[in-house]
Amino acid sequence: MTEAIDEGLRSELQRQGVWVTSMQELYNWGRRNSIWPLQFGLACCAIEMIATAASRYDIARFGGEIFRPSPRQADLMIVAGTVTKKMAPQIVRLYNQMPDPKYVISMGACAISGGPFKQGYNVLKGIDRYIPVDVYIPGCPPRPEALLHAFMELQRKIDSQKLTGDNKAEHLDPAQPSEFPVPAFGEHDLEPPANPSLFHPPKIERQ
Amino acid sequence: MEIGQILSSKKLIVETLEQIKSRVEAAVSGAKIEIVQNPGPANQPSLLIDNEHAVAVASFLRDDPKLRLDFCSNATGVDWLDRTVKKMVKVKTIVEGVEKEVDQTTEEKIPGYLEAVYHLYSITHKHGPLIIRMRTADRADGARLPSLTPVWRSAEFQEREIFDLYGIRFDGHPDLRRILMWDEFVDHPMRKDYRDPDDYEYEPTPHDEVLERAKRHYAPRPQLDGAENIVAGGDALNR
Repeated sequence: MTEAIDEGLRSELQRQGVWVTSMQELYNWGRRNSIWPLQFGLACCAIEMIATAASRYDIARFGGEIFRPSPRQADLMIVAGTVTKKMAPQIVRLYNQMPDPKYVISMGACAISGGPFKQGYNVLKGIDRYIPVDVYIPGCPPRPEALLHAFMELQRKIDSQKLTGDNKAEHLDPAQPSEFPVPAFGEHDLEPPANPSLFHPPKIERQ
Repeated sequence: MEIGQILSSKKLIVETLEQIKSRVEAAVSGAKIEIVQNPGPANQPSLLIDNEHAVAVASFLRDDPKLRLDFCSNATGVDWLDRTVKKMVKVKTIVEGVEKEVDQTTEEKIPGYLEAVYHLYSITHKHGPLIIRMRTADRADGARLPSLTPVWRSAEFQEREIFDLYGIRFDGHPDLRRILMWDEFVDHPMRKDYRDPDDYEYEPTPHDEVLERAKRHYAPRPQLDGAENIVAGGDALNR
């Protein structure tokens, strides 16, 4: 473990040409620098996501340029845009088809909460009702810099994930679910309207 | 011709609605057509056509050499609820032995119906729009109209949308399914009495109607709000 090595000793060794690392550091270093996003977009946020992937903002600088057309090869789901209730089951199904470890960025106001369409009968009020979200980006739509920021936040999260011990990463814990139930099309709404084991709306203090 | 020229050469139909109405009624026997005035800034009067002869009337409008309304650019629905119209009528009555004219208000109850509105243009003559309407018998089981898709193919998806959102069944439509909502859905969301599902448990900045609906998910606070403000179904989500 990195914590087992004294930082001073480590830098002293490095000066002598000996590079000491740990399995966890090496593993997370590799993972965080080759995050492959799933290639799909839902609305105008997808345009910003495309701009982020193109040459001007160039997400390749962070190792995230390989957008995969198959969920089987993707590490990251960027929910970019309005999630309609008709689309939500497909999003959850795609998430279930992604192999562990997998991460979700909820991009923009719509994917977070429904955004300007929050009170619409046909719009899901946030993708976190059905799948766990790692990073939320506010904005309508967020600028490419914001997506890059979220991407770097996700890299920090991956960097800090433990391989062993009690607080090891979720995907290494067999007790943690990696798939979530796909909501069904009901007569009036999706059934269930939210996954109660996942979705805990924050308590609002009324004045 | 360039697109700008085409757009700038668009013109209104030369014939008046009355002329079109009399020509249609002469051509399609039994057709009953009513001119619906639409006072307002847009001022777009329209022809209300009867459902029985709608397809024949539509075919006439499309094929008539003077009109040639070969392009149905838009089909949409309207939901009219039950309403009462108050009218002031002057009535002659005898008051204290003298005949006088007295204003009397009469109320007319108009039962609700659904409407399909079509906007027609002519690519051939570059004129338009002519607006035609059809009305259903009522808002429930009688909400049926003849489909105009056999006349204008472009109405197919839009009639499906009207069926999806307003619940008008179009007889003669080749493929009448929902187009926006899923097949299992039973409601018609654009109807005025539609009530959307209650997922108002997390509203960070509620106001007006949203606040009222979000309150049902709050724990009641009788000491602050008073007992009368407690709504049924409150505390549904462990607040």
